[in-house]
Amino acid sequence: MKSVVSLRGACLKFGQRTLWEDLDLDIRPGEFFAVLGPNGSGKTSFLKVLLGLQKLHSGQAMLGGRPVERGSSLIGYIPQQKSFPPDTPMRARDLVALGVDGHRWGVRLSSGKTNRKVDQLLEMVGASDYAKVPVGQLSGGEQQRLRVAQALATDPQVLLCDEPLLSLDLHHQQAVSALINKQSHEHNSAVVFVTHEINPIIDYVDRVLYLAGGRFRVGAPEEVMTTEVLSDLYGSHVEVIRANGRIVVVGLPDATTHHHHEAETMAGEVA
Amino acid sequence: MDADSILGAIFNFDNYAELLVLVQNSIWAGAILGLLGGLVGTFVMKRDLAFAVHGISELSFAGAAFALLVGADVVFGSLIGSVAAALLLGVMGVRARDKNSIIGVIMPFGLGLGILFLSLYQGRAANKFGLLTGQIVSVDTVQLQALAGTAAVVMFVLLAIWRPLNFASIDPELAEARGVPVRTLAIVFMVVLGVSVALSIQVVGALLVLALLITPAAAALRVTSSPVAAVVLSVVFAVTATVGGILLALGGRIPISPYVTTLSFLIYVVCRAIGSVRAARGYNGRVVTVSRQP
Repeated sequence: MKSVVSLRGACLKFGQRTLWEDLDLDIRPGEFFAVLGPNGSGKTSFLKVLLGLQKLHSGQAMLGGRPVERGSSLIGYIPQQKSFPPDTPMRARDLVALGVDGHRWGVRLSSGKTNRKVDQLLEMVGASDYAKVPVGQLSGGEQQRLRVAQALATDPQVLLCDEPLLSLDLHHQQAVSALINKQSHEHNSAVVFVTHEINPIIDYVDRVLYLAGGRFRVGAPEEVMTTEVLSDLYGSHVEVIRANGRIVVVGLPDATTHHHHEAETMAGEVA
Repeated sequence: MDADSILGAIFNFDNYAELLVLVQNSIWAGAILGLLGGLVGTFVMKRDLAFAVHGISELSFAGAAFALLVGADVVFGSLIGSVAAALLLGVMGVRARDKNSIIGVIMPFGLGLGILFLSLYQGRAANKFGLLTGQIVSVDTVQLQALAGTAAVVMFVLLAIWRPLNFASIDPELAEARGVPVRTLAIVFMVVLGVSVALSIQVVGALLVLALLITPAAAALRVTSSPVAAVVLSVVFAVTATVGGILLALGGRIPISPYVTTLSFLIYVVCRAIGSVRAARGYNGRVVTVSRQP
């Protein structure tokens, strides 16, 4: 099957720090693709590249057979959960409507078509009951369901999710990840799911891209999430334990100190 | 001055019908500015720019004072001052914290410049006072046409960028991902805001611009979260305050601005009370399904 996202020799650098390089990758329609790694490993930047908001240092990034571009309608994007202030002048349905036609110029002249689409999207994510509630008064989980509805507005071929489960309770984590998985199955959308925690989505994930220490590994979760692979990526011993279908990684180097250290050694190598 | 003469100075409806004919232009000007203020105000609230409006108006005041001093057109002077300030804020203040400190820096500077120019000015004292407190009573037909024309252009621009501006104001991150030119819109809106401030200063003066550009929109947002209702109410409130203020002020000897600001304030207080009552009752539009006990 043709790939919907493809990277060839992709390299991303910030200054002298290489986040990842020589990345060749093809993501198929309907694939649930997780991007994992510690803070600062370039997970979010990976999404920004696909969104056309971040240029590669070298290499190519293609989406639907064409070079990535900003504002592509092939993409649905679910940003990191960030709560709206309580007095945000917008109801749940207005937030979803932004995803339908918020990027168009002018004012909305005929609201009938948009309203029907919004109702349908709200229904799809089970948010009809609070359609008219101001977004600032909704819980984090409810807001994130609206984000899913918003992202699905264009019936995207690729769903890019940036830590969409962050700060949600377990119940909402399951509900939101199930919604995303449903889109990937029923509409054959590829899902690129950035997360630092694989367990909430472990049942859905087809492949994993693990970024760490300027290097990466791609493969099925059972190939990548092993003591050997992760120890190799981190350059220190990391223990991967499996229990009841969950994966626990023990002994991760502290993300911040790890990166300071890494930046220093790299500067040292260059000098 | 006894209480009766004070009251007479504030409210005086003698010969009202004859006066009404004389101030027709002012009433139209008030209505136009109310409409503009109500529309722009909703975005000022969404973009959290209340403080910026104040900063822009002080520089607009400096521009007008300078025009008065050198004998140029005062409206043109205030337009230059406010658009320059708005552009400066639009280009420099990307982050909210940064923006507030920049406004805090330029605001006293603008006000100081304005006071300097006014002290140097040798003409009529009423002209000086008018810049700070507004002077809509003497709008002639040419001025009214210029005002209406400028306001129409500003409103057209605002309507043309309405949806993406709304998207970028409320949800900038996602808007950018969807290809909305967030940065450009921010700067275009600052120009729209700058021109609106300069126009409003003619009615309510530099010190009271917030009553036209903030209060009506803030009041509307206390009672509704629906975007359409918020815009309609904001415009209705602003027009009520300006036109109502002019009508009340007709007979008295006092500038129009206190009437406009007081009306505007009262509308806000009422809306705030309604909002609090609703919040206390827990009404927020959620559909609550009550399961019946058998």
